[in-house]
Amino acid sequence: MTAPGFLSPTGVEIAFVLTGLVTLGAALVAVTTKQLVHAALWLVVALGGIAVEYLLLTAEFVAWVQVLIYVGSIVVLLLFGLMLTRAPVGRSPDADSGNRWVALAVALAAAATLVTVVVDAFRTAWIDLDTPQGSTQAIGEALFRHWVLPFEALSLLLLAALVGAIVVSRRRGGPDASDAQDASDAQDAQDAPDARGAVAPEEER
Amino acid sequence: MSTTTLAVLVPLLPALGAVAGLAAGRRAPGFVRPLAVLPTLTAAVLAVVVAVRQGGRAPLTAATELTPTGNAALPVELALQLDGTAVLVAVLVGTVATCVQLYSTGYLRDDPRYASYAALVSLFTAAMLLVVYSDDLIVLLVGWEVMGICSYFLVGHYWETSAARAASLKAFLVTKLGDVPFLIGILALGSEAGTFRISTIVTRLTSSLADFQLDHPTVIALLLLAGVAGKSAQFPLHTWLPDAMAGPTAVSALIHAATMVAAGVYFVARLLPVFTASAAALVVLALLAAVTMAGSALAALAQDDIKRVLAYSTIGQLGYLAGALAVDNRGAAIFHLLSHGAFKALLFLAAGVLIHAAGTGSLTAMARAGGTARRVPDVYWTLTIGLLALAAVPPFSGFFSKEAVLGAAEHTALDPAAGIPAAAGWIVLVAGLLTAALTAAYATRLWLLACRGEAAVPPAAAPAPAPAGAAAEPAPEPARTSAARTGGSHAVTAPAGSLDAGTPDTEDAAAPEPGATEAVALAAADGTTVPSAEAALDTGRDPGPERGHPHQPPVMTLVLWVLAVPSLAFGLFYDWLPHWLGGGSLGPTLVTSVLATGAAAAGAAVTWAAWRHAVTYGSVDPGPALLGRLHRGAVDGFRVDALYQRAFVTPVQGAARLVRFLDREVVDAYVRGAGTATGWLGRAVRLAQTGNVQTYLSALLAASVVLVLAVVLAGA
Amino acid sequence: MHLVYPAVLAALLFSIGLYGVLARRNAVLVLISVELMLNAVNLNLVAFDVWLRDTLRAGQSLTLFTIAVAAAEIGIGLAIVLQVYRNRAGSNVDELRDLAEPPPTPTGAGAGSDAAEADADKAEAAA
Repeated sequence: MTAPGFLSPTGVEIAFVLTGLVTLGAALVAVTTKQLVHAALWLVVALGGIAVEYLLLTAEFVAWVQVLIYVGSIVVLLLFGLMLTRAPVGRSPDADSGNRWVALAVALAAAATLVTVVVDAFRTAWIDLDTPQGSTQAIGEALFRHWVLPFEALSLLLLAALVGAIVVSRRRGGPDASDAQDASDAQDAQDAPDARGAVAPEEER
Repeated sequence: MSTTTLAVLVPLLPALGAVAGLAAGRRAPGFVRPLAVLPTLTAAVLAVVVAVRQGGRAPLTAATELTPTGNAALPVELALQLDGTAVLVAVLVGTVATCVQLYSTGYLRDDPRYASYAALVSLFTAAMLLVVYSDDLIVLLVGWEVMGICSYFLVGHYWETSAARAASLKAFLVTKLGDVPFLIGILALGSEAGTFRISTIVTRLTSSLADFQLDHPTVIALLLLAGVAGKSAQFPLHTWLPDAMAGPTAVSALIHAATMVAAGVYFVARLLPVFTASAAALVVLALLAAVTMAGSALAALAQDDIKRVLAYSTIGQLGYLAGALAVDNRGAAIFHLLSHGAFKALLFLAAGVLIHAAGTGSLTAMARAGGTARRVPDVYWTLTIGLLALAAVPPFSGFFSKEAVLGAAEHTALDPAAGIPAAAGWIVLVAGLLTAALTAAYATRLWLLACRGEAAVPPAAAPAPAPAGAAAEPAPEPARTSAARTGGSHAVTAPAGSLDAGTPDTEDAAAPEPGATEAVALAAADGTTVPSAEAALDTGRDPGPERGHPHQPPVMTLVLWVLAVPSLAFGLFYDWLPHWLGGGSLGPTLVTSVLATGAAAAGAAVTWAAWRHAVTYGSVDPGPALLGRLHRGAVDGFRVDALYQRAFVTPVQGAARLVRFLDREVVDAYVRGAGTATGWLGRAVRLAQTGNVQTYLSALLAASVVLVLAVVLAGA
Repeated sequence: MHLVYPAVLAALLFSIGLYGVLARRNAVLVLISVELMLNAVNLNLVAFDVWLRDTLRAGQSLTLFTIAVAAAEIGIGLAIVLQVYRNRAGSNVDELRDLAEPPPTPTGAGAGSDAAEADADKAEAAA
């Protein structure tokens, strides 16, 4: 594997870097935007970009799973979460905590360290993309031949998570009238005092 | 049974009685009295049998090895030596102990702690008998210390009162102060003489064949003298004895008059050759004896409490004993020890009954109340006999024994034997004569105040007559000053008079529990008499209304008469005693007899005159007039206690305060500092616990970045 | 293709997610950031799997597992957030401070609280 230089990129590399830039930009916006719903939507872009990168790495099955599960279900779940917690639709000035600068410092330090180490370690590594590595057939064979036991365990994990999610999120005492009130309040509950006011009587019961 | 076996039984029986009494005390109260009296009585009888069998002949010695000491040549042996001195002193101890036990059955009959009291007295008796019979210094020391601890417990019998607690502690500490050098002295003597056997030491020292000398006789003798001074209450370690009167009177009679304080003197008598080996020690002993007898006689003249008078008198008489030993006359010392043991026990027991009857220990109050002779005639007569013996009036026992001492002193002063300094003789003789006068003086004063109190109130001193007191008083008026009686000192007349009348209501009101039976009232009087007297003594000599009881148990009176017999007649044995004790004649010599009796008569006469004078001017106590400017000092024992306070107690307390300060402020500061620093550190660390998860996570991730960097940089 | 490209991309994506986890107040946004970090890891797995030509497809299989676990995690996480929101009337992470050290006792409270704030600032600066 003679490693070609970085000054003569292939087409795949150019596409990968461009998609990566888009992904990074979307991720940055997702973690910095003041509008909470937008953050979820920018996450879709970032995850989609990742899916494209999977495709470029010839891992087509993983790419489609990424699109299906992440973009299709997890982001929807997150949007539901935002909605149920009455996230404000507009710009919320207090989206970031006072820990921001510390977080920035830690993140930059981590990024610098990781990038330095990774570049230092894999400067010469070259991926041969000529033979696809992640076709659906190959993944399916590997999954159900070698990884079937973890796969089944994973199904149990998912079941447990399902049950757990139901148990945790279920209201004690069953559904009641305040659900409707919550739903109606969801639109105009712009700030915390209102939300607290709505919840306080529920707490007293 | 052989004489030796009997002699072993003598100390053993009271010890077993003590154990049995302690064991039976709570479960079988009915056995306590027999267990207290019978072993002691048996021991006394056996002591007499032993004395008769021994008969003053050559000493019997028996020994068995008790324990090895690591030095095969120096074993500790359970050894007995029965010579004339030992058997006679044992008879004295047994007799007095029996009398005291009998007396106590009446005196403390309702005391809740009678069982332990009787057991301790038995144990004490056993220890004393062990000391008397023992031929081994270490075994003797055991008995010596057991006596010390028994004395501590018995003095503190009324531990409810702070005076008794303080007195018991003081007795313990002061005697221990002497016992430490005593122990060192015993070890030094044992190592220099090569044996702990007293008889062997004495034989080696006195034998003309063996040329045996102690290397350091003066040091050893002075060390032993310290212990003797502590135990026998000689100056300067005498201060515990007057305070020890806080105990029951019977204990005072047993311990502080007849036996325990005699142990020190007896010890010197046993080891007299050791002391005579050092002329310096003899002079020191003579000086101690002289200071002790003169000072204590002066102090006795100023005391108000009858028991304190007797305590100081005991100290003075022990000074005579020490003086006799200082002039190397063992016979005279033991003679006086025996007669003093008898008459001082008598005096104390009589004083106990007197306090019992008068309800107070204060002589002044007794004098004001009066009526002793009429209310307790037995006490009146026996007390008189005892005081006559104490004052050395012929032909009472005290006269002969004191003459023996003074005669020995005169003999040494004028015609000193080899090795005995004439100075010691002169010191003892002069101090003895002076003390004879003083002894007669305070004996007279005691008798006048305690027994002739009715005549004490002159008309001139009477305030306005108290009609109530006079009306409530059906007591017969004394013949001479019947008119004066009506104005009697109203502070004590009313209660005393009502008690005389035997009015039950008043008596019950005086008792702590209204409606109490006679026995309870007696118990209350028993339990509180001595402490209240002590308290009265401490708080300005104003006893106030006192309780009393006119009826005495007959056994107490019987004991008094039993003891009165030797007080009266023991002196006549002077011709017979040298056979037992060895040494020269103990008969009175003309010069000293005349001098001492003259001095005594003069002292008594002066006291009587002073008393008359004092009575004329409204007082009852001739003491202040007699002593003049010395009186103030004599009242508190010439401030020896204050001196000790300043010399020892204050520095020790100061040192204790210093140690406490160092402990609290310096040592504890480090401990507290460690705690405080940890607390501050904890508080600082606590501040990091903000509850904000993101802060925690930031710190965690930052730390992991740092770790990764460290690994990378270290690997690079 | 150079392995460095996906690796650096994954590292940067991970750091962005890290920043989001530490800086966001809303719990749902924190979960979003966690997803970003998980995706960075997935990208690494796939890239290394392709690079190593693993016959067992271990990297891709693990990626699938991770995606499934992430789905479960999001489900549980959102349930918890929802419950917190209901009980606390808010889902801001920095307001959930029940585990904080209680305020110091009145004695020396002034100095203590000042010191507490100063110390908290110091801790943040150090982090």
